[in-house]
Amino acid sequence: MSAEPKHGGVNGQAPFRVLPKISDDDRPFWTGGERGQLLLPRCKNCNRWHSPPAPLCPHCLSKALAFVPLSGRGKVYSFTINVQAWNPTFEHPYVIAVIELEEQSDLRLVSNIYGCSPESVEIGMPVSVFFEAFEDVWLPLFRPLVEEGGSDE
Amino acid sequence: MSERAEQTVVVSGAAQSQIGRRLMRGELELTLEACLAAIDDAGLSRDEIDGLASYPGKMGGPAGFSGPGTPTVQDSLRLQLNWHRAGPEGAAQYAPIIDAVAAVAAGYARHVLVYRTVTEASAQKGGRSGIGLDGGGGGVPRMDGELGQMLPFGAFSASNWVAWHCQRYMHEYRLSREQLAQISLNARRNAALNDQAIYRDALTLEDYLSARMISTPLCLLDCDVPADGATAFVISAADYASEMKQPVIRFEAVGSALHDRPSWFQRGDLTSMAATDAARHLWSRTSLKPQDVDVAQLYDGFSWLTVMWLEALGFCEKGGAGAFIEGGEKIARDGVLPLNTGGGQLSGGRLHGFGLLYEAVLQLRGQAGKRQVGSDPRVAIAAAGGGPLAGAVLLARQ
Repeated sequence: MSAEPKHGGVNGQAPFRVLPKISDDDRPFWTGGERGQLLLPRCKNCNRWHSPPAPLCPHCLSKALAFVPLSGRGKVYSFTINVQAWNPTFEHPYVIAVIELEEQSDLRLVSNIYGCSPESVEIGMPVSVFFEAFEDVWLPLFRPLVEEGGSDE
Repeated sequence: MSERAEQTVVVSGAAQSQIGRRLMRGELELTLEACLAAIDDAGLSRDEIDGLASYPGKMGGPAGFSGPGTPTVQDSLRLQLNWHRAGPEGAAQYAPIIDAVAAVAAGYARHVLVYRTVTEASAQKGGRSGIGLDGGGGGVPRMDGELGQMLPFGAFSASNWVAWHCQRYMHEYRLSREQLAQISLNARRNAALNDQAIYRDALTLEDYLSARMISTPLCLLDCDVPADGATAFVISAADYASEMKQPVIRFEAVGSALHDRPSWFQRGDLTSMAATDAARHLWSRTSLKPQDVDVAQLYDGFSWLTVMWLEALGFCEKGGAGAFIEGGEKIARDGVLPLNTGGGQLSGGRLHGFGLLYEAVLQLRGQAGKRQVGSDPRVAIAAAGGGPLAGAVLLARQ
């Protein structure tokens, strides 16, 4: 697992990222990466996951929730290659994808995809999570899924 | 059933301030210019205005975005209000319109002044930027809500969020860049006949295809242009119609629904948007059908959003928008569905939906000058918003 940010910046520097305001509801999601875990709440009543984390299960309204590690694998549901330099500390162009996690079809995250050329990204592409720390936030980032013994760069 | 609430309400006045790039005029000055002209257009005096509404109300955020708040406008005109509202949530930019219709129908107010002002062009004279970011450093606040789930990954711009939808649509259905270009090319042809429009020079498909990419598959010419200007309407009880000096434009139906998740990326099917829900709601409130619409003003903050609205409103079948707009004939001023006849936002300037509604009123009144649609339009639709934001109104000349 990566920890120090190294992807997405220019001149060897980490990109400047706007960070999420962490709340009690979503702290495990934004900090689970420290232990290499992608965590989202799963309902003990209906067994369904939801995202973003909320105090009630939005499916059955149960309060019996627990953050459970996901596999970190998913597929690209959609994506864009951002070319416009809104923020010059990012290396351009870069991919911003909507990732559908493999555990449940409506479990989606926005993230970046590194470890491949932006032009090679396509809808349906399998990806897997890795984490980089920015202050107290461990951002889930993704790279193409490499089956069996894939390298960690 | 008795007539719908909408059908007891009319547009009695409509006006705009000066519109342009970098006018360097104050937002309140522009607002009052449009408001006073709209009140005059309605044949009213300010003493008779008893309601006031706007979007989004005074807020921080991108410079030049919000315009003055309703308290400032009220006090500037010393209005005595029975009803007033503004806010960034609700049925997109048309929330104050849709709410004003309800307020008039309910009798909370008789003549509601509704305005929307932007000075984004002047505010961005140093260059266009995304949300709160010009290179980092300290002092940028952390984000909560959905922005907190998107901005950490460099999804700073609505162009990124809209691009996800367009990309997914292109994956599932047939839509080429050449087809998508027709929205921008059509807007520019219409803008050439609109003295208030910002970009009026001829635009070709080659220009479009060679424009620089912003966020794939959207290029620069898929994005609207920041503008300065204010638009204002007076929305009145229908019993005022007999005293009106302008042709009477009645509300036929509004659509404000949002049934799927209120999100830029969590909606179950990203080839649809909130527009789909709002459009269904609108058609459930009228006996008119899409084929009854004579002229359409559909939100074009990005060209893709217009395509989305065309499908959502049933002007073409799901997945059929590419074929519908191909070549541009059907959406031209002399086509089956004259579209964005004032140049839209892509060429006319980002007046945030209110310019489109203004154009709808002008077309129904027969006051659109050189760009007037020749078929004596009697029914017009105006729709605003993208992603989780959508509001639409159907207007008919009495």
